[in-house]
Amino acid sequence: MSGSPSDTASPTPAHAAGPPPAVEAERLVVRLRRSEVLHGLDFSVPSGRVTGLLGPSGSGKSTLMRTIMGVQRIASGTLRVLERPAGSPALRPLIGYMTQDAAVYSDITVLDNVRYFASLHGRTRADAREAVAAVGLSGFEKRKAADLSGGQFSRVSLACALVGQPKLLVLDEPTVGLDPVLRVDLWERFRALADAGTTLLVSSHVMEEASRCDSLLLLRDGHLLAQLTPDELREEGRSQDLEQAFLGIIQKGESGQQGEPGQQNLAQQYKAAKENAV
Amino acid sequence: MNPRMLAATTARVLNQLRHDPRSIAMILVVPSVLLTIVYWLFENETLPPGMPRTFDRIGPIMLAIFPFVIMFLLTSITMLRERTSGTLERLMTTPIHKADLLFGYGVAFSLMAALQSVVATAVAYWIFGLDIKGNAGLVVLVAVVNAVLGVALGLFCSAFARTEFQAVQFMPIVVIPQILLCGLFVPHAQMTDVFQVLSDWMPLTYSVKALQEITANLDPTGEMWRDLWIMAAVLLGTLLLASLTLRRKSS
Repeated sequence: MSGSPSDTASPTPAHAAGPPPAVEAERLVVRLRRSEVLHGLDFSVPSGRVTGLLGPSGSGKSTLMRTIMGVQRIASGTLRVLERPAGSPALRPLIGYMTQDAAVYSDITVLDNVRYFASLHGRTRADAREAVAAVGLSGFEKRKAADLSGGQFSRVSLACALVGQPKLLVLDEPTVGLDPVLRVDLWERFRALADAGTTLLVSSHVMEEASRCDSLLLLRDGHLLAQLTPDELREEGRSQDLEQAFLGIIQKGESGQQGEPGQQNLAQQYKAAKENAV
Repeated sequence: MNPRMLAATTARVLNQLRHDPRSIAMILVVPSVLLTIVYWLFENETLPPGMPRTFDRIGPIMLAIFPFVIMFLLTSITMLRERTSGTLERLMTTPIHKADLLFGYGVAFSLMAALQSVVATAVAYWIFGLDIKGNAGLVVLVAVVNAVLGVALGLFCSAFARTEFQAVQFMPIVVIPQILLCGLFVPHAQMTDVFQVLSDWMPLTYSVKALQEITANLDPTGEMWRDLWIMAAVLLGTLLLASLTLRRKSS
């Protein structure tokens, strides 16, 4: 890797040491049609870790993920993915994406779906079988995707994202609608992937899942509330319960306490928005 | 273009079709049934001696129109599903090139079209004794080119539909005028000037011309090749337009 001596020596938090971040955003602004959806985000996704992207539905999580995957245009600011501008063709073999509503072919079998994406990434049939097994769908290989339950269907989508063995995996609400056992199982798999060097960006609106991440991005109404670790979130939000802690951070931002410029900005924007609404 | 991704896409599209027996029936059986209807319609016509049967005149044209219509329908719906289900956006994040995707569709449906025209042509020849001067292989060739044209138009039109219902609405707009003005109902020379000009701008017209050349001549004529080249050019142009509707980034 490109680690220059000064990089490794800098006394930065744990997640910034070592390899450069997998994703780096600077004043990232994204518009959907004419309305601004992401308002100048600054953040980084540490390499080889599990980063959680958390926020209520409608906060811009999916848009951010689509922008990282290079299918959504950037209005202003910069977004670098694996040290290249987001959307550059060289990235396509290196990234894997699971969309929110499972984008798979419902009229063909589970294995044929995964095989198709395997061949696009130059992987073998054995890789496809492995990916199907990894999401716990062994025994369902020959089943038509349309005949699966909702949770199984979305796992086909996950397998299609895993099969390319990407360096960066972007997963949009991968555990939605899964039973608790499977959910734990998947998070363990994410952990194993990260231990093997894969970077994961996983979105969720279930705060409880935040505790399983190394780093958290808290998104609300297209603003980045904070980037921190689960422990920092508990501390900042003054609650052991992550849901409460998230609320705590929102309230803190709104009342403009604490001198963090990002949060003060946010409080001002909230006030402005309220005044406009009157 | 990448042969591996092209082949994988072709295989996937054919695989999707394989799981849909009704579509396969539409491709392979329906043209022969329609041809049978056309045959029976004109079964009892009385003709002056030496005049060819109506079936021999319009049969070959039917053989070219079926694949065009059916492939247009199939492609526009399949591609629309690809756009709305999110699979297209997902594909755009993978290394696949747009051309691999478009030609994957093209190759898959052309194979089906070739199969379709072989079946329909065989029925026309062996069951109904279709009698034309030219080579049956050329009829199949024109039918396949027509089918690919239907595929290209379907890929293009799917970009302008949001639902499957809207996609089907392109049938009366894009397909039926071409059928009316292609020279099947009224010969090109007998149309009013406006219709002649319109007809000249419609690709289906050239396939009908080519088929009339095949029907009337033992050997392929220069005119027939010219018509086929025009169709090929329109086809490539439409595919190019279709590729422009596949955007990697949405704004």
